[in-house]
Amino acid sequence: MTADRSGIAERLAGVGYIADPGLATALWLMELLKRPLLLEGAAGVGKTEVAKALSALHRAKLIRLQCYEGLDQNAALYEWNYQRQLLAIKARENAGDDPDRVEAHIFSEPYLLERPLLQAIRQEEAPVLLIDEIDRADEEFEAFLLELLADFQITVPELGTIQAKAIPRVVITSNGTRELSDALRRRCLYHFVDFPEPDREARILLARMPDIDASLALQIARMVAAIRKEDLRKIPGVAESLDWAAALAGLGIKDLHQDPEAVHDTLICLLKTNEDQRRLTREVSDRLLGRVA
Amino acid sequence: MTPIGASARARLAAFVRSLRANGFATGLGETQDALKVMTSELALRPVYLREAFKALFCSRQQDWQRFDEIFDAFWLGRGMKTAVRASGARPDAARAERRSGFPGFGDKAGSTTAVADRDALDESADLPGEGRSRGASSAEGLSQTDLRHIAEPDALDQAMELAERLARAMRDRLTRRDRRHRRGRRIDMRRTIRASIGHGGTPVDLVRRRRKEKPLRLVMLLDVSGSMSLYSTAFVRFMRGLVERAQDAEAYVFHTRLVHISEALRESDPVRAVERLSLMAQGWSGGTRIGESLASFNRFHAARVLNSRSVVIILSDGYDTGEPGALAQEMAALRKRARRIVWLNPMMGWKDYAPVAGGMQAALPYVDLFAPAHNLASLAALEPYLAKL
Repeated sequence: MTADRSGIAERLAGVGYIADPGLATALWLMELLKRPLLLEGAAGVGKTEVAKALSALHRAKLIRLQCYEGLDQNAALYEWNYQRQLLAIKARENAGDDPDRVEAHIFSEPYLLERPLLQAIRQEEAPVLLIDEIDRADEEFEAFLLELLADFQITVPELGTIQAKAIPRVVITSNGTRELSDALRRRCLYHFVDFPEPDREARILLARMPDIDASLALQIARMVAAIRKEDLRKIPGVAESLDWAAALAGLGIKDLHQDPEAVHDTLICLLKTNEDQRRLTREVSDRLLGRVA
Repeated sequence: MTPIGASARARLAAFVRSLRANGFATGLGETQDALKVMTSELALRPVYLREAFKALFCSRQQDWQRFDEIFDAFWLGRGMKTAVRASGARPDAARAERRSGFPGFGDKAGSTTAVADRDALDESADLPGEGRSRGASSAEGLSQTDLRHIAEPDALDQAMELAERLARAMRDRLTRRDRRHRRGRRIDMRRTIRASIGHGGTPVDLVRRRRKEKPLRLVMLLDVSGSMSLYSTAFVRFMRGLVERAQDAEAYVFHTRLVHISEALRESDPVRAVERLSLMAQGWSGGTRIGESLASFNRFHAARVLNSRSVVIILSDGYDTGEPGALAQEMAALRKRARRIVWLNPMMGWKDYAPVAGGMQAALPYVDLFAPAHNLASLAALEPYLAKL
């Protein structure tokens, strides 16, 4: 991509992503060093969005592997289409084919189901590979992934070794529920994603909702920042801020101070547990609103 | 592209060394990539260079939070403490940029490497003032009955025997990785299909899989501070039994500092084992800094020793002279790496004991099993627990 670090933030803004400066540098570095990028941070800070922005920036296909406990290589790499294989065996048996030829036939390309990792490796153009929430997968899977990231090749016993045609740009995210291995961490560039500062969050709101008033966007961002400092069970993320902004805009609100009752009533967009909703009483929301200029 | 001079290379190497001294896990790969970064356009602006090095050298959140400070201390010649005091929480990048050119290269001010040094921290940890007086053990009115019982030679032999049984209980545990097995529970479709080809697609022979078993790893952290001293002998013996018999076990002791003793415990000659232990254990029976000891375990040992098959056993009465908040933080970090945390507290076997000590209170939310360990029976009760994991 571009050899110009300074231009990245603008180009990201062009695709609707408002990056913090450190992240822009990290994305630039991914190109220079050809390393995967590991993103850590709380849920809702927009880690997945980084991968989407990267794919938009390079006009590259986004391939996503969502990790979960018990995720194994079959689900991540490839699987055979058993139903089709069984039908083919039956059909060929009836036609009097010999078993060796049947075997060679059913373990071939048309019966192969690509899963995200194999798919990523077989792209003609380098895709963005998002490995989401790696901390949910088991350590064994992490070790396997490390192997894959080292040489970008996959061996399917029946087909042989498949070498990547273009090296994917890899983004790995983790919510920190489990500590990742040092080996994986060391292979990656690292960026810790925090909740955006009010100024940046306001710009995110404006980028997504061009109709909204700039001063309202800043008020919303500041109010959300204040709410995040309260003792809550689930801290609202950027997606929640967007929902809230949409709700306020839908009510025709131009200034938060204009209608504190509506502000309080719409807080359900931000607070996703019963406990949090009860904790943020009208008094609390008025107090927080008082601090938002 | 500008070629990198020998002095710049040396400065970079020194920077990497100071990162390592601060517990960063950086290797040759990062250093070579850092050289690449230094020849790229990022090097033209110090702020970019800092951001790039940060992405490159950090690999976890703790690194991330400390990096700017270390970077400034090294390249901008600012002492860490003063950097913090002068600018509040974060050193300001703007000031860094005002300095012309490449920060720290051939710059005399940059050569004062004021990087917090681990030994210095350790020394301050050894300050007098804690110990039994504040450890409160004497105030609790230590009962001797259960201890006599455990210190008898017979009982010590029993401790070894018990350790052996526990080691057996831990040996196998199930993992998610499958293995082919005649009587497994799940059908392996890939292999079943292959086997059915000869039968015209009728799956006559079902190929099954079964979960593979892997041993648990046991990591023991024994408190040998003053308040625990009466128990230490028997527990060390117990740990020795485990390290010897279990396939996978590591042992540490701590008081104001953490000491790795697995190697010494593996010493076949008992006299030499005791010598090595007593050399390591200078300062035993002093005060307790559980939080700091756990911090040094987390920082310097955890990555190597802990995985999802690790059970951490902490043997301590929870009388901590450190900050309970710090202990809670380290327990939370430990919690993320280990499969289970077991806290054995000798005082729990006493009548009317309640875990009111500040350290114990802070640690409890992160403990999976909180159990007594004042006699052998209480240790034996661990066996069914470990067997279930």
